[in-house]
Amino acid sequence: MKIGRLVCGLTLGLGLAVTVCLTARAAEKSIKLPDDNVMAQLKPGPYVEVVRGNCSACHSTDYIVRQPASDAKKWEAEVQKMIKVYGAPITEADAKAIVEYLATAYGEAGGKEKEVKKQ
Amino acid sequence: MSPHELPKVAQGVSRRRFVRALGTFAGSGLWWASGRPGGVPQPLWGAGRCGAPSPYSEATGEEVAMSRSLDAVETDPAIAGRPLVRYPEKTDLILLTSRPPQLETPKRYFAHAITPNEAFFVRYHILPIPTSVDLATWRLKLGGVVDKPLELSMDDLKTKFEKASVVAVNQCSGNGRSRFAPRVFGGQWGDGAMGNAEWTGARLRDILTAAVPKPDAVEVTFNGLDEPTAPSVPDFVKSLRVAHIVDDPDVLVAYEMNGQALPMLNGFPARLVVPGWYSTYWVKNLSEITVLDHEFDGFWMKTAYRIPDTPCGCVEPGSKPARTVPINRMNVKSVIASPADGTHARVGDVLKIEGVAFDGGYGVTEVFVSSDGGATWQSAELGRDFGRYSFREWSCGLKAQRPGPLRLMVRAVNRVGESQPAEPLWNPAGYLRNVVDHVDIQVM
Repeated sequence: MKIGRLVCGLTLGLGLAVTVCLTARAAEKSIKLPDDNVMAQLKPGPYVEVVRGNCSACHSTDYIVRQPASDAKKWEAEVQKMIKVYGAPITEADAKAIVEYLATAYGEAGGKEKEVKKQ
Repeated sequence: MSPHELPKVAQGVSRRRFVRALGTFAGSGLWWASGRPGGVPQPLWGAGRCGAPSPYSEATGEEVAMSRSLDAVETDPAIAGRPLVRYPEKTDLILLTSRPPQLETPKRYFAHAITPNEAFFVRYHILPIPTSVDLATWRLKLGGVVDKPLELSMDDLKTKFEKASVVAVNQCSGNGRSRFAPRVFGGQWGDGAMGNAEWTGARLRDILTAAVPKPDAVEVTFNGLDEPTAPSVPDFVKSLRVAHIVDDPDVLVAYEMNGQALPMLNGFPARLVVPGWYSTYWVKNLSEITVLDHEFDGFWMKTAYRIPDTPCGCVEPGSKPARTVPINRMNVKSVIASPADGTHARVGDVLKIEGVAFDGGYGVTEVFVSSDGGATWQSAELGRDFGRYSFREWSCGLKAQRPGPLRLMVRAVNRVGESQPAEPLWNPAGYLRNVVDHVDIQVM
């Protein structure tokens, strides 16, 4: 099929420019995805960088901040699911730190009452 | 009454039995959320038919444009705090997650049977997702236990197979998951992980027939252009039984959505359309079809997207099912698109209550609206019938007669008498939500 001239449209969303390109004969279509949602920042706390470094490889942080507040046991199960089921390459030490962060920052008590234990 | 007993009542095939069931629910007081002050309020309207004009007629002037003092995005806890974003080829949608993208359709779109392409929800599982497709090189490959493997170009799809169309609802299995109690992990959708479109393409069974499956073919798998982040991540592949494909001429490889090429984020250049079934089977950016002589045991069939093996697909809240099966056909559901939750109206206003209803393919035959906590139900006007897999518009005109809080509820019934539960069904993955929908408005 003959490839036609590229026609690109520009739209604005979340303060970010996104483009859609279509050829005149619609033989090719290209889009550019916006950056990660800046409104879904992880709460500050110990090990937040461990979480960002591991989890953000496969998904944006809004996958984390939208989940129901959960205790360490439930977060542990979720982190283990990412490792064993989805094959996330996370070390044992990092997994422990991630669970500790999540159970504190996104714990059932809302993350305010609990203190993070230092290693 | 335990939640998994409720559907038995609603599954009665006779209309009379259903109406009796409604009375039972109303009498038990189950219609109201617990803790509501003042108990069940007095009915504001009697039973009977809604006084609504056809949803296709022009406004009569009697209907008022209700003032929306609060935007639903702000009042609904399911979508509070989530920004509206504009992705390529899409209009403003409610962001759930950005990578992989999950975008939700605002509820007001469900006042209309057809969801515009630009407003259609988006849901991907793995990264990277395709952002560029060149039809000069794109091919749909069909292999496995067949005599004639195929490699089809878009021209082949459009010229070698009869063109077929179906209007069908595409709904995410986890639509409404954020409202589960107790809450469950997963995409925390509000009500907008669904849409309805006219899908046009080639019949999957025609394509399958052209490949001449061997006699021992039992299942067919579908893979798209999205790829796993790492080799350890399971690729998103789904399967259907050969019998399903052969028996149902409406299962399509669609290259058009509402008469247009598919948006990239809705599956350009072609996607699977499985009318009546949840959208997990509607594989997007389709590239590979494989015929198997055995049951497919991939992660997304064997481990994910499974529901309890019970008649309702539900278990006691918080418990684990003994056995599970792959999620399949959709249950009966209806939503109120307007008025929005938190709307203010005045005494004497005629409210136009409207929305859509659908099921897994029997077709919705009746929709009932209640404004008194389920004590009485009025039959809504139904819009045009686009076929048994489509959204069916419904509307109901009701006059606000006294000041105070007012809860509006809707409940649909399909051709075989199935309806919606008064109390939400629960399962660990947050699927199949179809509890009676409601909005709370204020009459001043």
